[in-house]
Amino acid sequence: MRALIDPAGRGASGRAGRRERPRTRFPRGAVLACLLAVLGAADARAAEPVGVAYLERRIERPNPLNNEDPVPADQGLRGAELGLRDSNATGRFVGLSLALDKAVVEPGADIRAALAGLLAGPLHPRFVVVNAPAEDLLALADAPEAKDVLFLNIGAPDTRLRDADCRKRILHVAPSRAMLTDALVQLLVFKRWTRILLVAGPGAADRLYADSLRRSAKKFGARIVAETTFDARGADLRDSALREFALATRGPEHDVVAVADEAGEFGTNLVYNTESPRPVVGTQGLTPAAWGRAVEAWAAAQLQERFRKLAGRTMDPADWAGWMAVHAVGEAAVKLKSADPAAIATLMQSPAFEVGGFKGRALSFRAWNGQLRQPLFLLWPGAVVGAAPVEGFLHRSTELDTLGLDRPESACKAFGG
Amino acid sequence: MTARAPRHRIALLALTAAPFLGPAPSRAAEIFVTNERDNTVSVIDSESYAVTRTFPVGRRPRGVVFSKDGKRLFVCASDSDSVQVIDPDDGKLLANLPSGEDPEQFALSPDGRTLFIANENNATTTVVDVETHSVKAQIDVGIEPEGMAVSPDGKTAVTTSETTNMVHWIDVATLAAIDATPVDQRPRHAEFTRDGKTLWVSSEIGGTVAVIDVATRTVRHTIRFEIKGVASDRIQPVGISLTDDGRHAFVALGPSDRVAVVDARTFEVTGYILVGRRVWHTALTPGQDRLVTTNGVSGDVTVIDVATLKAIRTVKVGRYPWGAAIRPVPPGGGVAK
Repeated sequence: MRALIDPAGRGASGRAGRRERPRTRFPRGAVLACLLAVLGAADARAAEPVGVAYLERRIERPNPLNNEDPVPADQGLRGAELGLRDSNATGRFVGLSLALDKAVVEPGADIRAALAGLLAGPLHPRFVVVNAPAEDLLALADAPEAKDVLFLNIGAPDTRLRDADCRKRILHVAPSRAMLTDALVQLLVFKRWTRILLVAGPGAADRLYADSLRRSAKKFGARIVAETTFDARGADLRDSALREFALATRGPEHDVVAVADEAGEFGTNLVYNTESPRPVVGTQGLTPAAWGRAVEAWAAAQLQERFRKLAGRTMDPADWAGWMAVHAVGEAAVKLKSADPAAIATLMQSPAFEVGGFKGRALSFRAWNGQLRQPLFLLWPGAVVGAAPVEGFLHRSTELDTLGLDRPESACKAFGG
Repeated sequence: MTARAPRHRIALLALTAAPFLGPAPSRAAEIFVTNERDNTVSVIDSESYAVTRTFPVGRRPRGVVFSKDGKRLFVCASDSDSVQVIDPDDGKLLANLPSGEDPEQFALSPDGRTLFIANENNATTTVVDVETHSVKAQIDVGIEPEGMAVSPDGKTAVTTSETTNMVHWIDVATLAAIDATPVDQRPRHAEFTRDGKTLWVSSEIGGTVAVIDVATRTVRHTIRFEIKGVASDRIQPVGISLTDDGRHAFVALGPSDRVAVVDARTFEVTGYILVGRRVWHTALTPGQDRLVTTNGVSGDVTVIDVATLKAIRTVKVGRYPWGAAIRPVPPGGGVAK
């Protein structure tokens, strides 16, 4: 099986990937054409499937508060499976295929061992879609046995992974918290709802979300007028919500109540329970997300339909990211007409690579931190309220870069930027 | 090459004749527009620009085309999973053709007998005999087939797949997919030139139009667009119309709210015409003197004068107008009953 990877080809394209890129701007098409010419030569055979692995760590979640449907156990994975199916439907026209292997580990289990198992498996995957927390992702990317692997992050929104803790071997398909809160605050500023009362839960992720909201508010000229924390573990919300939330949301004049409750311990119950009649935004209420049930435009309805047929449920943000990750690998392979993983990885990481994602624009990975540029949706459970970048937020190269860490803002050094 | 000379002559004749003609002979036509959201078709009179009638059709009507004699209107009712055959005079449903799932666009063979239908949801092209209402074949193509076209000689059909990003070539004699040509992201519409030598394909997310040599099935030229003050990713080519004289190509540019005018010989973009919001498709009148555009978000149709390349009218239609088809008004008016 090893023989299918051409060592010479790998070495050559690997070096090309690390080479300093000239700053001069060429027309995109020309750059891509050159790349294709160089990389396409690396492997003309293209008979063996391109190996992709899916690796997940299960997360313990609190019990549902309001009899919600449980979070699907196969969230993310089913998206990756649809991505595989879509890629193969395309690949057969150029004699290419992808194959998917998967491993899911329980909380506390050794995820590096699971990675080693996947890498030693029959597919020898060089692309690993990871649906796991930030610490796992870093441990995987730093593992010596993974030095030829390109990781695709679909589960960790941590902004630090796109900042000082970035890794050259990780592309982030999932949006960062910074992108999510930037999207939300853009909408608030557009609507002139700029006075924010912030209620944060006690979890570490809640603090990160609150930090991110503060940063976004500052970036776009909104204002946090008061902050409070709320620990749902202190009370039975079913009995005390009416009074407890009124107390927690009492404060100076504000336009919205922003909630930071990533695990979903109280945020849903805060809606309509605030002291003043104000909308709830953030992790519940009006939420920024990469995807959601109500997303319909730009042919999203077609993708939603394909997913529903495959999985028998709605497509969640992690499913979209799983689909997108595999679709991006497939798209790069088809563009190259090559199954050479090194060439595919190099193309994916190059600024010339563009891929569709049912979001109405061509998507690409940021050259300075590996983050996928993408529009985000502002949703409540019933409908799409808007999409970001919101009209009027301008950027010198692409408005998509108004979301998340822009080149000068990112402390990421691994990409040579 | 041999076809070139006569074409020039025709163009010259038209130019010299025009000033002496005075009021043009009746070029009355009827413009049929599908309203995707309203499940209706609006009919516009090309001289008064009035909506003369609106009739209900199946759910989410998109692609629309006339039979060669103009007596039957075919409508893709995407969400009803059927292609409806409709009497254009009174809007009466004549038949539901078996269409496969989620038909989006289609093309009629030059002999008018065979309909090639792109089934967006299940990655097939369905081939239907229009006379017998029977399915002749279902051909596997790429994911989300959308654009459909049949070559003028009737020998080749093409469909574009929006997620696979390819043009799939179908041999009409054997009804088999024989080749695929990769194009830019999200190809939506395909249009053969009149001589059948060239195929134009728009890529919505790629923001380009590929001019493909039919003999070699390779992209010969890629047209790009640039509009001052409009972000490049808002320029999303969808519908294409080519004038029979080989001079102009018109490309609808989606949310940039403009139609590009392209010199069809040099492939140079010579101008942009501001139309309604989110322009989907375009159609030329039989006299080729007017181009109409369907503007999905503003719910109207823009009429462009081909001679001056200026928008001259806006006609309000239903919600989310999408497809357009035009027929000459039958002798004696025909319509009013």
